[in-house]
Amino acid sequence: MANDTKAAACLYKQTLLAGLWRENPVFRLLLGMCPTLAVTAAVKPALTMGLSVIFVLLCSNIVVSLMRNLLKPHLRILMFTLTIATFVTIADLFLKAFVPVMSERLGPYVPLIIVNCIIICRAEACASKNNLVVSIIDALGMGVGFTLALCILAGVRELLATGTIFEIQIFALAEKGGWFVPWAAMSMPVGAFITLGLLLGLVNVVCKRKS
Amino acid sequence: MDTLHILLIGFISIVLIKNLVFTKFLGICPYLGVSGRIDMAFGMGMAVTFVVTLSGTLTWMIDHWVLMKLDLEVTRYVCFILVIAGAVQLVEMYLRKFFPALYESFGIFLPLITTNCAILGLCLFIHLWEIDNLLEAVVLSFGAGIGFTMAICIMAGIRENLNLADVPHCLKGAPITLITAGILALAFMGFAGMIS
Repeated sequence: MANDTKAAACLYKQTLLAGLWRENPVFRLLLGMCPTLAVTAAVKPALTMGLSVIFVLLCSNIVVSLMRNLLKPHLRILMFTLTIATFVTIADLFLKAFVPVMSERLGPYVPLIIVNCIIICRAEACASKNNLVVSIIDALGMGVGFTLALCILAGVRELLATGTIFEIQIFALAEKGGWFVPWAAMSMPVGAFITLGLLLGLVNVVCKRKS
Repeated sequence: MDTLHILLIGFISIVLIKNLVFTKFLGICPYLGVSGRIDMAFGMGMAVTFVVTLSGTLTWMIDHWVLMKLDLEVTRYVCFILVIAGAVQLVEMYLRKFFPALYESFGIFLPLITTNCAILGLCLFIHLWEIDNLLEAVVLSFGAGIGFTMAICIMAGIRENLNLADVPHCLKGAPITLITAGILALAFMGFAGMIS
């Protein structure tokens, strides 16, 4: 009995950690690239996006896991999408009501969470096969991993584009007597593509060193 | 301005200036996935163009004639995704019947068009830009598909040559594709001032 709980705890821990590094959705699985590139011009929208994704992922994993025995194979993708669309509508209305500035800034990328591959991938690969507890832990691991990746990318881009992180001045700007000249390209699409490309390269190097 | 003029400007702007891939980051997953060979990239582009034209038009009609009339705008996202899933199913059945070879070569990518953000993204942008003319919505949807096809074909052409280049080992695959896309996005920024 004690062994069983120990094995279960070990499985939970592994599931949780997998999302953070070994199977990080952005850096390792290359899922959910559109929001990753689109909302990472600054840390604040990136964090809002990450939290919305955690909410939707958690709710959809719970629902899918609960109804996994009722699903017909050919209808499951449709059911997943409808579940996700419902929770995304809730998240969108919540953002519109309580943080209208962020909602305005994220624009169509909040409803686009519906077609974020991470969520449908987790519903298919994890929640439709596992029990409630594993699905919840998996959703948390993946969601936090996604949010972290988003924040790292957004941090690099915001720092280089404006010299700030979280709208707090880190580098002294040249126009105010400092040394830092803002790199405008970083807040544009170019910066998104190139920074993500270089970060992926960096992750590859680190992984190779480790193994 | 007369209608034709507006339509033409809308078409050019969505293909070049507001290109979904390079400026809105939509459809990046298939963009990284199938841009390895130019013939597959073109096929994928055509499938997306067809689905996006169909679903852009249908969602505009549903949005304006049903949801707004009945005050059901809360269900917009659910309706949009259902329309898109239906349109993809239709294309899949059509291809399987009439172009089995093309259908085989698509494999998993065809059902994946459902979760292609370019399509839902365009439907949402049409709503966001407050397009209130059916013809304009059709032209924009078609233009978005053409823009996607163009982007993915340019990328496939570059990647075929990139295979022969000496890329650092850690940048092989997705990283170098993203960096190349970044440079392409920089080039497309040049179109920004074309229409004011």
